[in-house]
Amino acid sequence: MSIYIIDKKIMIKATWSFIQKFSSPPHFYRISGKMQPWFMAIFIGTLIYGLIGGLYLAPTDYQQGDSFRIIYVHVPAAWMSMFIYMVMAFCAAVALIWRIKLADIVLISSAPIGAMFTAIALATGSIWGKPMWGTWWVWDARLTAELILLFLYLGIFALYNAVEDKRTGSRFVSILVLVGVVNIPIIHYSVEWWATLHQGPTVTKFDKPSIHIDMLIPLLVMAISFKCYYITTMFSRARTELLERESNAKWVTKLLVPTKAD
Amino acid sequence: MTPARKKRMTLIGVLILGTALAVGLILKAMNENVMFFFSPTQVMAGEAPKNKLFRVGGMVVEGSVVRVPNSVKVQFDLTDNAKIITVEYEGILPDLFREGQGIIANGRLDAKGNVIADEVLAKHDENYMPPEVAATMQRVADKDGSIKNKM
Repeated sequence: MSIYIIDKKIMIKATWSFIQKFSSPPHFYRISGKMQPWFMAIFIGTLIYGLIGGLYLAPTDYQQGDSFRIIYVHVPAAWMSMFIYMVMAFCAAVALIWRIKLADIVLISSAPIGAMFTAIALATGSIWGKPMWGTWWVWDARLTAELILLFLYLGIFALYNAVEDKRTGSRFVSILVLVGVVNIPIIHYSVEWWATLHQGPTVTKFDKPSIHIDMLIPLLVMAISFKCYYITTMFSRARTELLERESNAKWVTKLLVPTKAD
Repeated sequence: MTPARKKRMTLIGVLILGTALAVGLILKAMNENVMFFFSPTQVMAGEAPKNKLFRVGGMVVEGSVVRVPNSVKVQFDLTDNAKIITVEYEGILPDLFREGQGIIANGRLDAKGNVIADEVLAKHDENYMPPEVAATMQRVADKDGSIKNKM
């Protein structure tokens, strides 16, 4: 029994020191810089494959013809709008509970990218809606909840920029993000809970996806592509933010100011 | 975990549960307003507002579409596979409008109990497939004698 307790304590200590090391600003700065070109390469590769696959190779839809192809931008963008928010909510909880600086930085660096994907999802949805539904916009549950998500994103960086001290600002923002997280299941389940003009889920459900496999593969490839885009751009933003916030730290000076030996 | 962290974690849990509960209650109270449309059954049961615009959604009954010659007037029946309601509309229909298609009409009831629509929107379902696959499925369905359901 006592051995077990010691083991557990050592384990926790080891995990904790690993998290602390990985999330230490200089370490993150170094690792993210190394990983960035790889994610960039995967992003461009999958984007080319996904766009050719979706816009050219995939068969036309039996009902919507070629118009359905906007799905290859609309759906991955909408998934990203929710995925990025969940990443931010996770960061917010970590930042508030464990006071890990990196979590604050990843959170605020993700917000503009999330807002961009939400705007893309809303715009492409509108363009798709006009010919298919017969209207640009309706106030149904899905569309309204997604619009609220856009306002949440805008509110998040408005609040962050309104506070002079970045650390205090981050704390306010974390709380706002956690309050807003309730919107994510509402967006996802809106089409099941209420009667909406928007269709029900095609892929993200427990059933088999109700989309032909030749149409599904480019869609999933585009989803991977958008995720890699998010990671590369988030890394860029996070690295800049880190340098700015840690501008007085020794590792930044060492990194940016050439030593005499140079 | 230190007591301070435990406390913060509990606070965050309470914050999330609290907001979820509050929003859940608000949505429950507004349930009727969040519903985008009524079904023909609900309209027949008198659940739709009188003398006010409302939306009714259902499937266009096969063979029920009647166009008035030399005009854009059209009349069709809408069903939820339980009740049938007649809709009259004057205007341009969306591309996806066809018999057997799910649509949503925005309008009001007239004295006969028909819906006089100001707007007709097509609802497409979550199925995506090439036309050949759809044709094959249709053949199989016809053989089985089952009715296709697209709403």
